[in-house]
Amino acid sequence: MGAGTSTSLFAEGGAGTLRLLMYLAAALVLMVADHRGGHLDRVRQLAGQAMDPLYWLAAAPARAVRAVNTNLSTRLELAARNEALARELLLANARLHRLGAVQQENRRLRALLGGMEQHELSVQLATLLDIDLDPFRHRVVLDSGSRDGVRPGLAIVDATGVMGQVVAVSASTSTAILVSDPNHAVPVQVRRSGVRTIAFGTGRTDQLLLPNIPPSADVRVGDELVTSGLGGTFPPGFPVGRLAELAPDDTGLFMVGKAEPAAALNRSGEVLLVWTGDATTAGPPASGGADAAPTGVDAAPADAAAEPAIADEQPSP
Amino acid sequence: MTRDRTRPGLFPASIAIALLLGLLPFPEAAAAFKPYWLALVLTYWLMEAPERASLGVAFLVGLLGDLVYGTLLGEQALRLTMLAFIVLRFRARLRFFPLWQQALAVLVLLANDRVVVVMVRGFTGEGLPPWEFWLSPLPGALLWPWLFLLLDDLRLRTRERA
Repeated sequence: MGAGTSTSLFAEGGAGTLRLLMYLAAALVLMVADHRGGHLDRVRQLAGQAMDPLYWLAAAPARAVRAVNTNLSTRLELAARNEALARELLLANARLHRLGAVQQENRRLRALLGGMEQHELSVQLATLLDIDLDPFRHRVVLDSGSRDGVRPGLAIVDATGVMGQVVAVSASTSTAILVSDPNHAVPVQVRRSGVRTIAFGTGRTDQLLLPNIPPSADVRVGDELVTSGLGGTFPPGFPVGRLAELAPDDTGLFMVGKAEPAAALNRSGEVLLVWTGDATTAGPPASGGADAAPTGVDAAPADAAAEPAIADEQPSP
Repeated sequence: MTRDRTRPGLFPASIAIALLLGLLPFPEAAAAFKPYWLALVLTYWLMEAPERASLGVAFLVGLLGDLVYGTLLGEQALRLTMLAFIVLRFRARLRFFPLWQQALAVLVLLANDRVVVVMVRGFTGEGLPPWEFWLSPLPGALLWPWLFLLLDDLRLRTRERA
Protein backbone atom coordinates (compact mmCIF):
# COMPACT_ATOMS: atom_id res chain seq x y z
CA MET A 1 0.00 0.00 0.00
CA GLY A 2 1.31 3.41 -0.91
CA ALA A 3 0.48 5.01 2.39
CA GLY A 4 2.09 2.13 4.27
CA THR A 5 5.46 2.40 2.57
CA SER A 6 5.61 6.17 2.80
CA THR A 7 4.80 6.17 6.51
CA SER A 8 7.66 3.78 7.07
CA LEU A 9 9.88 6.20 5.18
CA PHE A 10 8.89 9.15 7.35
CA ALA A 11 8.14 7.21 10.47
CA GLU A 12 10.33 9.20 12.81
CA GLY A 13 7.32 11.10 14.14
CA GLY A 14 5.89 7.75 15.02
CA ALA A 15 2.31 6.80 14.37
CA GLY A 16 2.50 3.15 15.33
CA THR A 17 -0.72 1.44 16.27
CA LEU A 18 0.86 0.33 19.53
CA ARG A 19 1.64 3.90 20.53
CA LEU A 20 -1.85 4.98 19.54
CA LEU A 21 -3.35 2.29 21.77
CA MET A 22 -1.06 3.33 24.60
CA TYR A 23 -2.16 6.97 24.43
CA LEU A 24 -5.82 6.04 24.03
CA ALA A 25 -5.58 3.82 27.10
CA ALA A 26 -3.95 6.67 29.03
CA ALA A 27 -6.72 9.05 27.99
CA LEU A 28 -9.38 6.52 29.00
CA VAL A 29 -7.77 5.99 32.42
CA LEU A 30 -7.66 9.77 32.93
CA MET A 31 -11.29 10.20 31.93
CA VAL A 32 -12.47 7.43 34.23
CA ALA A 33 -10.40 8.84 37.10
CA ASP A 34 -11.84 12.30 36.46
CA HIS A 35 -15.41 11.14 35.98
CA ARG A 36 -15.64 8.75 38.92
CA GLY A 37 -14.73 10.09 42.29
CA GLY A 38 -12.97 13.18 41.02
CA HIS A 39 -9.43 12.13 41.93
CA LEU A 40 -8.07 14.89 39.74
CA ASP A 41 -9.78 17.86 41.40
CA ARG A 42 -6.50 18.95 42.96
CA VAL A 43 -4.74 18.87 39.57
CA ARG A 44 -7.56 20.88 38.07
CA GLN A 45 -7.40 23.45 40.83
CA LEU A 46 -3.65 23.91 40.44
CA ALA A 47 -3.91 24.12 36.67
CA GLY A 48 -6.82 26.50 37.03
CA GLN A 49 -4.52 29.03 38.59
CA ALA A 50 -2.26 28.86 35.56
CA MET A 51 -5.30 29.33 33.30
CA ASP A 52 -6.47 32.53 34.98
CA PRO A 53 -4.31 34.86 32.84
CA LEU A 54 -5.47 33.01 29.71
CA TYR A 55 -9.10 33.60 30.65
CA TRP A 56 -8.31 37.21 31.39
CA LEU A 57 -6.70 37.61 27.97
CA ALA A 58 -9.56 35.90 26.16
CA ALA A 59 -12.09 38.18 27.84
CA ALA A 60 -10.06 41.28 26.94
CA PRO A 61 -11.65 42.02 23.53
CA ALA A 62 -15.17 41.96 24.96
CA ARG A 63 -13.99 44.16 27.83
CA ALA A 64 -12.47 46.62 25.39
CA VAL A 65 -15.66 46.76 23.33
CA ARG A 66 -17.68 47.47 26.45
CA ALA A 67 -15.24 50.19 27.53
CA VAL A 68 -15.44 51.85 24.12
CA ASN A 69 -19.23 51.65 24.26
CA THR A 70 -19.31 53.34 27.64
CA ASN A 71 -16.96 56.05 26.48
CA LEU A 72 -18.90 56.73 23.33
CA SER A 73 -22.36 56.84 24.85
CA THR A 74 -23.53 60.42 25.05
CA ARG A 75 -24.32 62.43 28.16
CA LEU A 76 -27.97 62.36 27.15
CA GLU A 77 -28.07 58.58 27.00
CA LEU A 78 -26.32 58.31 30.33
CA ALA A 79 -28.69 60.78 31.93
CA ALA A 80 -31.69 58.88 30.57
CA ARG A 81 -30.34 55.57 31.84
CA ASN A 82 -29.55 57.11 35.19
CA GLU A 83 -33.08 58.38 35.52
CA ALA A 84 -34.56 55.02 34.56
CA LEU A 85 -32.36 53.26 37.10
CA ALA A 86 -33.26 55.72 39.83
CA ARG A 87 -36.96 55.10 39.16
CA GLU A 88 -36.40 51.37 39.24
CA LEU A 89 -34.50 51.67 42.49
CA LEU A 90 -37.34 53.64 44.04
CA LEU A 91 -39.87 50.97 43.10
CA ALA A 92 -37.60 48.17 44.29
CA ASN A 93 -37.00 49.96 47.59
CA ALA A 94 -40.69 50.45 48.18
CA ARG A 95 -41.30 46.79 47.55
CA LEU A 96 -38.39 45.89 49.81
CA HIS A 97 -39.80 47.90 52.73
CA ARG A 98 -43.09 46.10 52.42
CA LEU A 99 -41.24 42.77 52.27
CA GLY A 100 -39.26 43.72 55.34
CA ALA A 101 -42.47 44.17 57.30
CA VAL A 102 -43.80 40.85 56.06
CA GLN A 103 -40.52 39.21 56.98
CA GLN A 104 -40.70 40.56 60.52
CA GLU A 105 -44.21 39.27 60.85
CA ASN A 106 -43.20 35.94 59.38
CA ARG A 107 -40.36 35.57 61.86
CA ARG A 108 -42.64 36.38 64.78
CA LEU A 109 -45.21 33.85 63.64
CA ARG A 110 -42.53 31.23 63.14
CA ALA A 111 -41.20 31.89 66.61
CA LEU A 112 -44.73 31.51 67.99
CA LEU A 113 -45.11 28.21 66.19
CA GLY A 114 -41.67 27.10 67.35
CA GLY A 115 -40.98 26.11 63.79
CA MET A 116 -37.65 25.84 62.10
CA GLU A 117 -35.89 29.12 61.70
CA GLN A 118 -35.34 30.10 58.10
CA HIS A 119 -31.81 31.06 57.31
CA GLU A 120 -30.97 34.44 55.95
CA LEU A 121 -29.46 34.67 52.51
CA SER A 122 -26.01 36.01 51.87
CA VAL A 123 -25.14 37.36 48.47
CA GLN A 124 -22.05 38.44 46.63
CA LEU A 125 -21.72 40.19 43.32
CA ALA A 126 -19.68 38.60 40.52
CA THR A 127 -19.15 39.29 36.83
CA LEU A 128 -19.29 36.70 34.08
CA LEU A 129 -16.15 36.68 31.97
CA ASP A 130 -16.93 36.99 28.30
CA ILE A 131 -15.48 33.68 27.26
CA ASP A 132 -17.03 30.61 25.81
CA LEU A 133 -15.75 27.22 26.93
CA ASP A 134 -17.88 25.11 24.60
CA PRO A 135 -21.08 26.20 22.87
CA PHE A 136 -22.71 22.84 23.60
CA ARG A 137 -21.91 22.63 27.27
CA HIS A 138 -23.49 25.40 29.21
CA ARG A 139 -20.66 26.56 31.38
CA VAL A 140 -19.68 30.08 32.30
CA VAL A 141 -16.60 31.54 33.98
CA LEU A 142 -16.94 34.03 36.84
CA ASP A 143 -14.33 36.58 37.77
CA SER A 144 -14.23 35.68 41.47
CA GLY A 145 -12.63 32.60 42.96
CA SER A 146 -11.64 31.04 46.25
CA ARG A 147 -9.85 34.27 47.16
CA ASP A 148 -13.25 35.98 47.27
CA GLY A 149 -14.84 33.16 49.23
CA VAL A 150 -16.46 31.36 46.31
CA ARG A 151 -16.81 27.62 46.79
CA PRO A 152 -18.34 24.82 44.71
CA GLY A 153 -22.09 24.50 45.17
CA LEU A 154 -22.98 28.19 45.46
CA ALA A 155 -26.10 29.11 43.52
CA ILE A 156 -25.95 31.84 40.86
CA VAL A 157 -28.92 34.09 40.19
CA ASP A 158 -29.50 37.16 38.05
CA ALA A 159 -32.18 39.78 38.39
CA THR A 160 -34.88 37.53 36.93
CA GLY A 161 -34.10 34.04 38.15
CA VAL A 162 -31.77 31.15 38.86
CA MET A 163 -28.86 30.76 36.45
CA GLY A 164 -26.90 27.79 37.78
CA GLN A 165 -24.31 26.77 40.32
CA VAL A 166 -20.55 26.90 40.81
CA VAL A 167 -18.78 23.63 40.01
CA ALA A 168 -15.06 24.42 40.07
CA VAL A 169 -13.06 27.13 41.77
CA SER A 170 -9.54 28.42 41.32
CA ALA A 171 -7.87 31.32 43.10
CA SER A 172 -9.42 34.16 41.10
CA THR A 173 -11.92 32.58 38.72
CA SER A 174 -14.59 29.95 39.05
CA THR A 175 -16.57 27.84 36.60
CA ALA A 176 -20.31 27.46 36.87
CA ILE A 177 -22.80 25.16 35.17
CA LEU A 178 -26.00 26.75 33.88
CA VAL A 179 -29.48 25.33 34.52
CA SER A 180 -29.76 24.71 30.77
CA ASP A 181 -26.79 22.29 30.70
CA PRO A 182 -27.96 18.73 29.95
CA ASN A 183 -26.08 17.56 33.05
CA HIS A 184 -27.89 19.91 35.40
CA ALA A 185 -31.07 19.54 37.40
CA VAL A 186 -32.88 21.90 39.80
CA PRO A 187 -35.45 20.83 42.39
CA VAL A 188 -38.44 23.07 41.67
CA GLN A 189 -41.88 23.74 43.02
CA VAL A 190 -44.95 25.11 41.28
CA ARG A 191 -45.57 28.43 43.00
CA ARG A 192 -49.36 28.23 42.68
CA SER A 193 -49.98 24.69 43.93
CA GLY A 194 -46.75 23.67 45.66
CA VAL A 195 -46.25 20.56 43.49
CA ARG A 196 -42.60 19.54 43.59
CA THR A 197 -40.62 18.17 40.69
CA ILE A 198 -37.22 18.50 39.05
CA ALA A 199 -36.24 20.66 36.07
CA PHE A 200 -33.50 19.27 33.85
CA GLY A 201 -31.39 21.22 31.38
CA THR A 202 -31.83 20.33 27.72
CA GLY A 203 -28.75 21.87 26.14
CA ARG A 204 -30.86 24.74 24.79
CA THR A 205 -30.85 28.08 26.56
CA ASP A 206 -34.58 28.56 26.04
CA GLN A 207 -35.88 25.29 27.42
CA LEU A 208 -35.94 23.19 30.59
CA LEU A 209 -37.45 19.73 30.80
CA LEU A 210 -39.70 18.45 33.59
CA PRO A 211 -40.24 14.72 33.11
CA ASN A 212 -42.26 12.52 35.48
CA ILE A 213 -45.05 14.83 36.55
CA PRO A 214 -47.92 12.65 37.80
CA PRO A 215 -51.05 13.26 35.67
CA SER A 216 -53.05 13.93 38.82
CA ALA A 217 -50.73 16.74 39.94
CA ASP A 218 -52.08 20.27 39.94
CA VAL A 219 -49.88 21.68 37.19
CA ARG A 220 -51.00 23.93 34.35
CA VAL A 221 -49.36 25.60 31.39
CA GLY A 222 -48.28 29.07 32.45
CA ASP A 223 -47.45 28.03 36.01
CA GLU A 224 -44.46 29.72 37.57
CA LEU A 225 -41.70 27.43 38.83
CA VAL A 226 -39.55 28.41 41.79
CA THR A 227 -36.70 26.60 43.55
CA SER A 228 -38.03 24.30 46.26
CA GLY A 229 -34.90 24.42 48.39
CA LEU A 230 -34.67 20.63 48.54
CA GLY A 231 -31.13 19.40 48.23
CA GLY A 232 -29.75 22.48 49.91
CA THR A 233 -27.89 23.98 46.94
CA PHE A 234 -30.53 26.44 45.78
CA PRO A 235 -32.22 28.57 48.42
CA PRO A 236 -36.02 28.23 48.16
CA GLY A 237 -38.21 30.74 46.37
CA PHE A 238 -36.10 31.89 43.42
CA PRO A 239 -37.86 31.86 40.04
CA VAL A 240 -36.61 29.13 37.71
CA GLY A 241 -38.99 29.41 34.78
CA ARG A 242 -42.50 29.30 33.44
CA LEU A 243 -44.21 26.15 32.20
CA ALA A 244 -44.77 26.51 28.46
CA GLU A 245 -45.91 23.07 27.42
CA LEU A 246 -47.40 20.01 29.08
CA ALA A 247 -48.00 16.71 27.33
CA PRO A 248 -48.27 13.03 28.28
CA ASP A 249 -45.06 11.04 27.80
CA ASP A 250 -44.72 7.99 25.56
CA THR A 251 -46.04 5.54 28.13
CA GLY A 252 -48.97 7.76 29.07
CA LEU A 253 -48.20 7.25 32.77
CA PHE A 254 -46.57 10.62 33.36
CA MET A 255 -46.76 14.12 32.03
CA VAL A 256 -43.71 15.83 30.53
CA GLY A 257 -43.42 19.57 30.92
CA LYS A 258 -41.30 22.07 29.06
CA ALA A 259 -40.40 25.35 30.71
CA GLU A 260 -38.81 28.61 29.66
CA PRO A 261 -35.98 29.61 31.99
CA ALA A 262 -36.60 32.82 33.92
CA ALA A 263 -32.97 33.96 33.95
CA ALA A 264 -31.24 35.47 30.93
CA LEU A 265 -28.78 32.67 30.17
CA ASN A 266 -26.79 34.63 27.62
CA ARG A 267 -23.51 34.27 29.49
CA SER A 268 -22.58 37.85 30.12
CA GLY A 269 -23.13 40.62 32.59
CA GLU A 270 -23.32 40.66 36.36
CA VAL A 271 -24.69 37.92 38.55
CA LEU A 272 -25.23 37.25 42.25
CA LEU A 273 -23.80 34.34 44.17
CA VAL A 274 -26.33 33.26 46.77
CA TRP A 275 -26.08 30.98 49.74
CA THR A 276 -28.07 30.46 52.91
CA GLY A 277 -26.43 32.34 55.77
CA ASP A 278 -25.16 29.38 57.71
CA ALA A 279 -23.67 26.87 55.33
CA THR A 280 -23.14 24.22 58.01
CA THR A 281 -26.82 23.96 58.88
CA ALA A 282 -27.98 23.83 55.29
CA GLY A 283 -26.97 20.19 54.89
CA PRO A 284 -28.39 17.15 56.62
CA PRO A 285 -28.96 17.59 60.36
CA ALA A 286 -25.84 17.23 62.49
CA SER A 287 -25.53 14.10 64.60
CA GLY A 288 -25.99 14.42 68.37
CA GLY A 289 -29.21 15.89 69.74
CA ALA A 290 -27.34 17.75 72.50
CA ASP A 291 -25.51 19.77 69.88
CA ALA A 292 -28.59 20.55 67.89
CA ALA A 293 -30.57 22.15 70.69
CA PRO A 294 -28.28 25.10 71.54
CA THR A 295 -27.84 26.04 67.88
CA GLY A 296 -31.60 26.05 67.53
CA VAL A 297 -31.90 28.48 70.44
CA ASP A 298 -29.06 30.57 69.11
CA ALA A 299 -30.59 30.79 65.72
CA ALA A 300 -32.96 33.64 66.50
CA PRO A 301 -30.42 36.29 67.62
CA ALA A 302 -27.87 35.03 65.11
CA ASP A 303 -30.38 35.53 62.36
CA ALA A 304 -31.24 39.02 63.51
CA ALA A 305 -27.55 39.86 63.35
CA ALA A 306 -27.24 38.29 59.94
CA GLU A 307 -30.11 40.29 58.53
CA PRO A 308 -28.04 43.17 57.18
CA ALA A 309 -25.87 40.60 55.40
CA ILE A 310 -27.46 41.47 52.08
CA ALA A 311 -26.85 45.15 52.51
CA ASP A 312 -23.41 44.74 54.09
CA GLU A 313 -21.88 42.41 51.58
CA GLN A 314 -19.38 44.38 49.58
CA PRO A 315 -19.77 43.80 45.88
CA SER A 316 -16.53 42.38 44.65
CA PRO A 317 -14.93 44.58 42.00
CA MET B 1 14.64 14.57 5.13
CA THR B 2 15.53 18.21 5.54
CA ARG B 3 15.73 19.45 9.07
CA ASP B 4 13.22 22.08 9.95
CA ARG B 5 15.07 25.19 11.00
CA THR B 6 11.97 27.01 12.17
CA ARG B 7 12.37 28.93 15.34
CA PRO B 8 11.12 26.76 18.19
CA GLY B 9 8.78 29.50 19.42
CA LEU B 10 6.26 29.34 16.60
CA PHE B 11 4.73 25.98 17.53
CA PRO B 12 3.87 26.78 21.17
CA ALA B 13 2.76 30.28 20.15
CA SER B 14 0.35 28.95 17.55
CA ILE B 15 -1.07 26.43 20.03
CA ALA B 16 -1.53 29.17 22.63
CA ILE B 17 -3.31 31.39 20.12
CA ALA B 18 -5.53 28.47 19.09
CA LEU B 19 -6.47 27.97 22.75
CA LEU B 20 -7.27 31.68 23.08
CA LEU B 21 -9.34 31.74 19.89
CA GLY B 22 -11.33 28.82 21.25
CA LEU B 23 -12.22 30.86 24.31
CA LEU B 24 -13.42 33.91 22.39
CA PRO B 25 -17.19 34.19 22.57
CA PHE B 26 -19.24 33.93 19.39
CA PRO B 27 -22.58 35.67 19.00
CA GLU B 28 -25.37 33.47 20.30
CA ALA B 29 -26.81 32.81 16.83
CA ALA B 30 -23.45 31.70 15.38
CA ALA B 31 -22.24 29.80 18.44
CA ALA B 32 -22.49 26.45 16.64
CA PHE B 33 -20.12 27.65 13.94
CA LYS B 34 -17.18 27.95 16.25
CA PRO B 35 -14.37 25.91 14.68
CA TYR B 36 -12.11 23.61 16.67
CA TRP B 37 -9.02 25.80 16.34
CA LEU B 38 -6.79 23.50 18.33
CA ALA B 39 -7.38 20.60 15.94
CA LEU B 40 -6.78 22.81 12.88
CA VAL B 41 -3.45 24.18 14.12
CA LEU B 42 -2.31 20.78 15.31
CA THR B 43 -3.20 19.23 11.93
CA TYR B 44 -1.00 21.80 10.22
CA TRP B 45 1.99 20.95 12.36
CA LEU B 46 1.42 17.22 12.02
CA MET B 47 1.36 17.58 8.27
CA GLU B 48 4.24 19.96 7.77
CA ALA B 49 6.56 19.34 10.70
CA PRO B 50 5.93 15.88 12.16
CA GLU B 51 9.25 16.01 14.02
CA ARG B 52 7.66 18.73 16.12
CA ALA B 53 4.21 17.24 16.54
CA SER B 54 3.84 13.54 17.28
CA LEU B 55 1.15 11.44 18.92
CA GLY B 56 2.58 12.30 22.32
CA VAL B 57 2.51 16.01 21.58
CA ALA B 58 -1.09 15.73 20.39
CA PHE B 59 -1.93 13.98 23.66
CA LEU B 60 -0.31 16.74 25.74
CA VAL B 61 -1.97 19.51 23.71
CA GLY B 62 -5.26 17.72 24.28
CA LEU B 63 -4.68 17.63 28.02
CA LEU B 64 -3.97 21.35 27.94
CA GLY B 65 -7.22 21.86 26.05
CA ASP B 66 -9.09 19.82 28.66
CA LEU B 67 -7.74 22.01 31.43
CA VAL B 68 -8.53 25.26 29.61
CA TYR B 69 -12.03 24.34 28.42
CA GLY B 70 -12.99 22.41 31.53
CA THR B 71 -13.84 19.21 29.69
CA LEU B 72 -13.35 15.81 31.23
CA LEU B 73 -9.59 15.38 31.69
CA GLY B 74 -8.52 13.15 28.80
CA GLU B 75 -11.42 13.85 26.46
CA GLN B 76 -9.60 16.21 24.13
CA ALA B 77 -6.40 14.21 24.62
CA LEU B 78 -8.24 11.21 23.21
CA ARG B 79 -9.77 13.21 20.38
CA LEU B 80 -6.53 14.84 19.30
CA THR B 81 -4.54 11.60 19.57
CA MET B 82 -7.01 9.92 17.24
CA LEU B 83 -6.85 12.86 14.87
CA ALA B 84 -3.05 12.87 14.97
CA PHE B 85 -2.94 9.16 14.22
CA ILE B 86 -5.10 9.54 11.13
CA VAL B 87 -3.17 12.58 9.90
CA LEU B 88 0.19 10.89 10.37
CA ARG B 89 -1.04 7.73 8.61
CA PHE B 90 -2.13 9.65 5.53
CA ARG B 91 0.39 12.43 5.81
CA ALA B 92 2.33 11.55 2.67
CA ARG B 93 -0.84 11.80 0.60
CA LEU B 94 -2.42 14.74 2.36
CA ARG B 95 0.66 16.89 1.89
CA PHE B 96 0.45 16.76 -1.86
CA PHE B 97 -3.26 17.33 -2.15
CA PRO B 98 -4.31 20.71 -3.56
CA LEU B 99 -5.58 22.98 -0.82
CA TRP B 100 -9.28 22.46 -1.54
CA GLN B 101 -8.84 18.70 -1.34
CA GLN B 102 -6.99 19.12 1.91
CA ALA B 103 -9.93 21.16 3.15
CA LEU B 104 -12.24 18.27 2.32
CA ALA B 105 -9.96 15.89 4.22
CA VAL B 106 -10.02 18.28 7.18
CA LEU B 107 -13.82 18.30 7.00
CA VAL B 108 -13.85 14.51 7.29
CA LEU B 109 -11.30 14.61 10.13
CA LEU B 110 -13.35 17.13 12.10
CA ALA B 111 -16.59 15.23 11.45
CA ASN B 112 -14.89 12.10 12.77
CA ASP B 113 -13.83 14.12 15.80
CA ARG B 114 -17.44 15.07 16.46
CA VAL B 115 -18.40 11.39 16.40
CA VAL B 116 -15.72 10.68 19.00
CA VAL B 117 -17.07 13.53 21.15
CA VAL B 118 -20.58 12.10 21.03
CA MET B 119 -19.23 8.69 21.98
CA VAL B 120 -17.22 9.99 24.92
CA ARG B 121 -20.05 12.17 26.22
CA GLY B 122 -22.50 9.34 25.66
CA PHE B 123 -20.45 7.16 27.99
CA THR B 124 -20.43 9.84 30.65
CA GLY B 125 -24.22 10.01 30.53
CA GLU B 126 -24.88 13.07 28.39
CA GLY B 127 -27.62 12.78 25.84
CA LEU B 128 -27.37 13.38 22.12
CA PRO B 129 -26.45 16.98 21.27
CA PRO B 130 -28.77 19.18 19.18
CA TRP B 131 -28.36 18.98 15.40
CA GLU B 132 -26.37 22.25 15.29
CA PHE B 133 -23.59 20.30 16.96
CA TRP B 134 -22.65 18.78 13.60
CA LEU B 135 -22.16 22.16 11.91
CA SER B 136 -18.81 22.96 13.49
CA PRO B 137 -16.62 20.99 11.00
CA LEU B 138 -17.87 23.17 8.11
CA PRO B 139 -16.27 26.47 9.17
CA GLY B 140 -13.19 24.47 10.16
CA ALA B 141 -12.82 23.15 6.62
CA LEU B 142 -13.52 26.57 5.11
CA LEU B 143 -10.84 28.12 7.29
CA TRP B 144 -8.26 25.47 6.53
CA PRO B 145 -6.75 26.93 3.30
CA TRP B 146 -6.31 30.36 4.90
CA LEU B 147 -4.87 28.95 8.09
CA PHE B 148 -2.54 26.75 6.07
CA LEU B 149 -1.26 29.67 3.98
CA LEU B 150 -0.85 31.89 7.04
CA LEU B 151 1.07 29.34 9.09
CA ASP B 152 3.18 28.32 6.09
CA ASP B 153 4.08 31.94 5.48
CA LEU B 154 4.95 32.54 9.12
CA ARG B 155 7.05 29.40 9.25
CA LEU B 156 9.03 30.24 6.15
CA ARG B 157 9.56 33.78 7.31
CA THR B 158 10.93 32.76 10.70
CA ARG B 159 13.17 30.25 8.95
CA GLU B 160 14.67 32.87 6.64
CA ARG B 161 15.38 35.18 9.51
CA ALA B 162 16.93 32.47 11.66
